[in-house]
Amino acid sequence: MLAIKLPVLRVKTFYLGEISGSVTTIACDKISKSNYKEGNQLMYSVADLRKGLKITLDGDPYIVIAFDFAKPGKGQALYRTKMRNMINGTILDRTYRSGETFEPASLEDRKMQYLYKEDDHYCFMDNQSYEQIHVDENSLGDAKNYLIDNLPVDVLLFKGKAIGVDVPNFVNLRVVQTDPWAKGDTSGSDSKPATVETGYVLRVPPFIEEGELITIDTRTGEYSTRVKG
Amino acid sequence: MGGYLEVETPLRIPAPAPEAHIEAIPSDGWFLHTSPELCMKRMLAAGYGRIFQICRCWRDGERGALHLPEFTMLEWYRVAADYRSLMDECETLLRSLPRVLGQDCSVRYQGKEADLSGAWERLSVSEAFARYGGMAMEEALVKDLFDEIMVREIEPRLGIGQPTFIYDYPAERGALARRRGDNPAVAERFELYICGLELANAFSELTDAAEQRARFSLEAAYRGSMQRTVYPLPEKFLDELGDMPPSAGIAMGVDRLVMVLLDAATIDEVVAFTPEEL
Repeated sequence: MLAIKLPVLRVKTFYLGEISGSVTTIACDKISKSNYKEGNQLMYSVADLRKGLKITLDGDPYIVIAFDFAKPGKGQALYRTKMRNMINGTILDRTYRSGETFEPASLEDRKMQYLYKEDDHYCFMDNQSYEQIHVDENSLGDAKNYLIDNLPVDVLLFKGKAIGVDVPNFVNLRVVQTDPWAKGDTSGSDSKPATVETGYVLRVPPFIEEGELITIDTRTGEYSTRVKG
Repeated sequence: MGGYLEVETPLRIPAPAPEAHIEAIPSDGWFLHTSPELCMKRMLAAGYGRIFQICRCWRDGERGALHLPEFTMLEWYRVAADYRSLMDECETLLRSLPRVLGQDCSVRYQGKEADLSGAWERLSVSEAFARYGGMAMEEALVKDLFDEIMVREIEPRLGIGQPTFIYDYPAERGALARRRGDNPAVAERFELYICGLELANAFSELTDAAEQRARFSLEAAYRGSMQRTVYPLPEKFLDELGDMPPSAGIAMGVDRLVMVLLDAATIDEVVAFTPEEL
């Protein structure tokens, strides 16, 4: 009896195997086959798109954040993508057909250090060439909360223009303002606001005093530990 | 639904059906079949009345959350039937499955639910475009947006609450399906959806050999214009098609059916190995 035979067989196969987590995007394994050159420019075909790939679209760099293949019965292959603009964060949701091609985003990561701020620009220096570049405040994002003199950073450049700055995961900053811990405080609060030398304000434990050096986790923006001096 | 004979047909064939958007994988001068359709229809022409087959099929370049280039298909064919009688048969076959698995009569898939025990929805493709597509089917065809609207707007809304058959596709989207007598612009073809997942495709089969040859030629010409492989015409199939009685046939994706019954988010979860793991 057909109705019983097939699902039972397949269910066994399913349970015998290791069940992986829920994967909603699938990497394509055909990069080497379908890459081709247009002039001297290596191009990606739509089937090369995968999560994390960086491409140029309408002149801006985009990173693919979701990708899936779709094909309605007897219809044509469609590639559904979600991409984030690496400059302004805009999310694009686009569907492509086979045959579309994309220019890779020409991105460069350079080791630099922070020098100083001038108006709404921040100045960084290349550790190798000593070349100095300016990055505007919008491109810095949260990194501007941690910039102290000579901080080593990774600057991401697109066509020579800085579009992002990565700071170390942990940065030590000095507390310039925080209220003293009132002994016998019965409010039960286990943290208080503190301002650090960059102007950034965060919650710290009550025992932290002005002038102390603290470590901040730049991935969360939160207090990590007190630096014993 | 009884009386079906299980058959096996060759997986490697000299000439696959020349469909516009289905790519066969070459195999030493021949091809791995993309479905067992042509050989099974030749068996109908030879006198078999009710046959089914569960086999592997191959389609080049198809890989995604719902696609593997090698997958498992269940096909069955029945003489003296049309696509509407196959809808009934589909209901009979699938209704019993949740119970076999010890579940109630509903399927819950990725947060969606479909009750298999009640009446199944039957919606024409034209109605589906009017209801969910934001434009008429004819307009979508003229603007060349049929597939995009189907994938983005229509498919996710089908088979919610109860399974949905959508039927009567534009004739050019069913190269082996019979046109409707009262409306030759559409073919007697349906697809079954449960919880947004496409599970099966069926036709009232085209048995007019001259029309089949003409429609294959159109598909082949399109493939040529798109710089895709133009397959040799399946001449033995075309020669014998005239002997095939009026019939209906259906292809059901077995991996997809297992996905829906076990609430698996991707087809990767219901196979032992994906191509990337080999």
